[in-house]
Amino acid sequence: MTAPITPALLYLDNITVTFDGFRALNALSLAVDHAEMRAIIGPNGAGKTTMMDVITGKTRPNQGTALFEGSHDLTALDEAAIAELGIGRKFQTPTVFEMHSVEDNLLLASRSRRGPFSTLFARQTPRERERMDMLLDRVRLTAHRRRKAGELSHGQKQWLEIGMLLAQEPKLLLIDEPAAGMTDQETADTVDLLRDIATTKAVIVVEHDMTFVRDLGVKVTCLHEGSVLAEGPLDAVSANERVVEVYLGR
Amino acid sequence: MRTRSVLDRQTIVVIGFLAGAAMLVPIFNGLVAQDSALHVPDHLVPLLGKYLCFALLALSVDLIWGFCGILSLGHGAFFALGGYAMGMYLMRQVGSRGVYAHPVLPDFMVFLNWQELPWFWYGSDIFPIAVLMVVLAPGILALAFGWFAFRSRVTGVYLSIITQAMTFALMLAFFRNDMGFGGNNGLTDFKDILGFPLQAGSTRLVLFVVSAIALGLGYLLCRWLVESKFGKVLVAIRDAENRTRFLGYRVERYKLTVFIISAMLAGLAGALYVPQVGIINPGEFAPENSIEIVIWVAVGGRGTLAGAILGALVVNAGKTWFTGALPEFWLFALGGLFVFVTLLMPRGILGTGQELWDRMRQRSQLHQAAPATSQAAE
Repeated sequence: MTAPITPALLYLDNITVTFDGFRALNALSLAVDHAEMRAIIGPNGAGKTTMMDVITGKTRPNQGTALFEGSHDLTALDEAAIAELGIGRKFQTPTVFEMHSVEDNLLLASRSRRGPFSTLFARQTPRERERMDMLLDRVRLTAHRRRKAGELSHGQKQWLEIGMLLAQEPKLLLIDEPAAGMTDQETADTVDLLRDIATTKAVIVVEHDMTFVRDLGVKVTCLHEGSVLAEGPLDAVSANERVVEVYLGR
Repeated sequence: MRTRSVLDRQTIVVIGFLAGAAMLVPIFNGLVAQDSALHVPDHLVPLLGKYLCFALLALSVDLIWGFCGILSLGHGAFFALGGYAMGMYLMRQVGSRGVYAHPVLPDFMVFLNWQELPWFWYGSDIFPIAVLMVVLAPGILALAFGWFAFRSRVTGVYLSIITQAMTFALMLAFFRNDMGFGGNNGLTDFKDILGFPLQAGSTRLVLFVVSAIALGLGYLLCRWLVESKFGKVLVAIRDAENRTRFLGYRVERYKLTVFIISAMLAGLAGALYVPQVGIINPGEFAPENSIEIVIWVAVGGRGTLAGAILGALVVNAGKTWFTGALPEFWLFALGGLFVFVTLLMPRGILGTGQELWDRMRQRSQLHQAAPATSQAAE
């Protein structure tokens, strides 16, 4: 059987992942288009993080197809190769390099050759510096560029990590709970930033905060027990009886 | 930018110290009268040279442990391999002056009734080849070991344990006579290096100066590595390995590269050590030696490079004094020192010193700022 050629940027079909008999993903299928933003919701254990792990190469599915740009088989590549293809990931808890300055964090993330010998002799070009300035401005960290990333507030770290994602110049961004631990104002700003990013790149956002998802105003996929329970606009999904049942308990 | 200038100051201090030592030790040894308090006696010169070799070894461990989080408890193996490579050359230099006066075979081979030189001894009488082997032998071992360990994503304490197993296995192998490296006794009874007698004071001074230069160059190499983007990736791996991987860096390649460089530096240290102490035997592979190196680095301050040098010098000077004055208590003192540093000074001498210095500067800045604001209020 040859893999179907798909116009979608990300195409998951019939993905199953089992851990010691537990089905973390159960015949999951999902397609995300170029420059589309998709929100993924679902109760704990629905398989949201495992799905991200499959897309980024951290976990190998037991069966199923995962294609990027219709031709790259994600199940056969390692994390570094997938990152180079143009898939960036932001983790749930912000993981920035705490001992490095804000600027160095972005520099490490920025798209460039990744081999040991390339970095050994790497020099920052004026164009790169310009890009750094732009990025710092976009995630509002210009004033903090020389500070250690570890000294930033939680919200700032989240933004720095989004900035690092952007520096990678990915085609698809996977963002896990961007609003966690943010103030209302920061959350609102994050919504704006993500909507802005989604005008040119595909974005998958995993989020528990329903107000946040509502503010994003995009197509929603609800996962439950490793497969898609409902898909569509938030209002339609939240009106779905099964979704209500899952969220409010059986 | 501020951190950069601090680091540069550190480089100036280290290089200045080594240059000073390389000039003053020969002067105080050769030109100052023997009864003067400043006189450096002959027996002290190779001892100081030995400390510098240990400092280079500590530097190599700090490069991987301090900056990439690879805690090697088997770095003594690379040091010993470098030492053996140099020892083989020195052995061949003995020529027919050995006890058995065989023109080619070293004494221990004659004693074992060997008829010809084993293949891996070929070329060991040629100095450039010996020097090449000094870095190649540890480098190849590091490549083979690191290739499997890092590709299988062995990290943390598990990696430390297998490095320990590696050096232990090598020790057992080198103890065997048929390994071809002198077995239990190792290689010793060296006569000269490049034609200069090893017992001569002048040769020892030159070896001391060469050790100081090697340490200085090793330091500059490490400094350059850790300040490049390569070094930033190393620190990123140390602090958040998975994150680094998701950024598209092949972590195992970085670890392997820096591990090999470190092993080569350790090998160089071993090669300089052997002519100054006059012997290399399987005892150098002993696991406790490797653990001691880690203690030097921890005491001096991990992840600072200069701290590794400082730690190696301070602990070894302490060891020399202790083993002379209270030999039974040295191991207790060393263990106690490690516990003390781990619990109370986790950043080592240099890191703690830097912390105090920063705090003092902050306080003085506050004092300076305070009158200015009160003036403004008036």
